[in-house]
Amino acid sequence: METINKTSHAFISDLNPTEIGIHPSVLEAANETLSSTQIPTTRVEAWKYTRVAQLGKRKFQKGSDSVDSIDGFRLENTQGPLVFVNGQFSEALSDTSSIAKGITAQPLSSLGSNALPTSIVPLHHELFHAINTVHLNDGVRITIDKNSQHKQPVHIIHVVSGEDVMANFKTVLHCGAFSEAGMVQSFVSLNDSNGFVNATHEIFVEENAHFNLDKIQNESPGNTHIGTDQVVQDANSVFTINTITLNGGLVRNNLSIEVKGQNCETNLNGAYVLDGKQHVDNHTTVDHKVANCVSNELYKGVIDDHATAVFNGKVFVRQNAQKINAFQSNGNVLLSDSGSVNSKPELEIYADDVRCSHGSTTGQLDEDAIFYLRARGLSEKSARRLLVSAFIGEVIEKISYPASKEYVFSVLCDRFGWNFD
Amino acid sequence: MIKIENLHASIEDKEILKGLNLEVNAGEVHAIMGPNGAGKSTLASVLAGRDNYEITEGSIDFDGNDLLEMEVEDRAREGLFLAFQYPVEIPGVSNINFLRTALNDIREYRGEEAISAKDFMARVREKSALVELDAKLASRSVNEGFSGGEKKRNEIFQMAMLEPKLAILDETDSGLDIDALRIVANGVNKLKSPENAIVIITHYQRLLDHIVPDVVHVLYDGRIVKSGPKELALELEEKGYDWIKEELAQA
Ligand SMILES: Nc1ncnc2c1ncn2[C@@H]1O[C@H](COP(=O)(O)OP(=O)(O)OP(=O)(O)O)[C@@H](O)[C@H]1O
Ligand SMILES: [Mg+2]
Repeated sequence: METINKTSHAFISDLNPTEIGIHPSVLEAANETLSSTQIPTTRVEAWKYTRVAQLGKRKFQKGSDSVDSIDGFRLENTQGPLVFVNGQFSEALSDTSSIAKGITAQPLSSLGSNALPTSIVPLHHELFHAINTVHLNDGVRITIDKNSQHKQPVHIIHVVSGEDVMANFKTVLHCGAFSEAGMVQSFVSLNDSNGFVNATHEIFVEENAHFNLDKIQNESPGNTHIGTDQVVQDANSVFTINTITLNGGLVRNNLSIEVKGQNCETNLNGAYVLDGKQHVDNHTTVDHKVANCVSNELYKGVIDDHATAVFNGKVFVRQNAQKINAFQSNGNVLLSDSGSVNSKPELEIYADDVRCSHGSTTGQLDEDAIFYLRARGLSEKSARRLLVSAFIGEVIEKISYPASKEYVFSVLCDRFGWNFD
Repeated sequence: MIKIENLHASIEDKEILKGLNLEVNAGEVHAIMGPNGAGKSTLASVLAGRDNYEITEGSIDFDGNDLLEMEVEDRAREGLFLAFQYPVEIPGVSNINFLRTALNDIREYRGEEAISAKDFMARVREKSALVELDAKLASRSVNEGFSGGEKKRNEIFQMAMLEPKLAILDETDSGLDIDALRIVANGVNKLKSPENAIVIITHYQRLLDHIVPDVVHVLYDGRIVKSGPKELALELEEKGYDWIKEELAQA
């Protein structure tokens, strides 16, 4: 197995096997996937519009485990942060003392041989997920105690830094029954080039729990980021994820949410702003297995220059999942002639008493609106900015926590001059 | 203030304006009436700078500037204002944010400092009171979900905020109920001064009862074919346009 491994995936052959206490059966399954699975080509349906084959020609290294400072990334009114550099926990940069009672947030590396006892969701032939397991640098396990309630989110910062670095990073979250809490996760860059962040999430939202996740991606334009996020919701729970992609070279977000219990609410919002040659691909799945649930999905993107965006959103409503309300919408604005969008919202409904809708739009800014604004004295640039801010603002407004919202506002203002008020 | 000479404009090879002449001086109010499709809104759009019209002949002088050479926003910054016949809805952009940006872009053009938040809000309060625009509408998205009358009132609110030299009101009276008509007319009258001018495009006498024009023009088939005192508006409303067509045929 070792040899096949090395020959078929030379790009990770310099990486060490994980030292995290992963259960042998999980590790074995991941190794099996690794040795039997090629990097997906664009002939594989799920990767049709996202070219990752060239990653195979590169050579990634383990990165350093510290940076000088994370000052620009701290957020007010959050707990933590727990800081990871190139996948590795940095005790020096972290502040675990501010984590409230009722929440346990620990690096996986501190949990000994029992850090990851099981992988609750089996992922067959998911190469990047398997790599994440086999070469896991570190990660964080967060447990919200049953009944405990928290206004301030836990802040996790992941920094990629250095050249040709690969970071394999994992977040495991358990939201106890009747708990209310949240997390802000910042994926950022510092003096990096050609890095690869391969991150996974496993999130369990138990009965009657409420959990919000603001996932903010602001890595450098040379970076590759593949995220594989899996969420399982038990009855009467509410789960909200806001995935905001502000920067990055090639970004692929796989998000799959399994709604296992009745009376759940699921909110998935996404915003992406791209320019240059950036490529952002959001693949989402909401699987309604049981009746009486609601899911709302809104993804919006602004695409400039030669950038490309991909949206693929699947909603399954299984046979006995009656009275499901599922809404899905993807909107894109193209600011240039050479940008492009591939948007595919999909509904697969096997129940008969459901209310579902989906839609996708891709277009330019409304020229009549631009004329109207200019006729009031706005420069063409101001007019376009105002319209773009309004368009993407609908998603930004949904960000769960003021701290992450402010951060997003400031990045968009610095980078594009967009204002939101 | 503005002098339009022999203006010819076409759209998709169809000539709409066919040699139009019009001169408006500071301190004056002019009314333009004319049958549907005569070219009234086309004239307004050409003045505002809409680029889907081709100007094949003629000239427009606006306070010493060649208007046709100016960008849309520069026309506005030099003091030209068009109250649209069909104001555009802009979801997600608040009236307030939009107007602050407009005012500041105009101030920057004139080399002035940005308006302070406090002064701006005071101005919003003063001007929305002038046209009795509900304060809630001022902070809502531009025209989104506004009733027809609210949209028109919002146009006049914007006019009040921007204090233009030359305001062109394209059928601002249509869609207004009796009370709203009076309110809008009062608002416009308060904005009237010896330094500015107003051109009112309308089909009805009723607005002109409130805003009394110095001159009434008839725009027919792409030209101003008749001009007269305010009584001309009454005559047109009574008799329609047939007699004008006949006069023209005889000439
Ligand atoms: N995009 C276009 N393509 C072709 N013809 C057009 C276009 N836009 C306007 N026109 C024509 O130009 C002519 C003048 O239209 P305009 O809107 O200026 O009339 P108006 O005098 O304002 O009429 P109303 O009183 O109905 O508002 C009409 O015949 C109209 O159909
Ligand atoms: Mg008209």
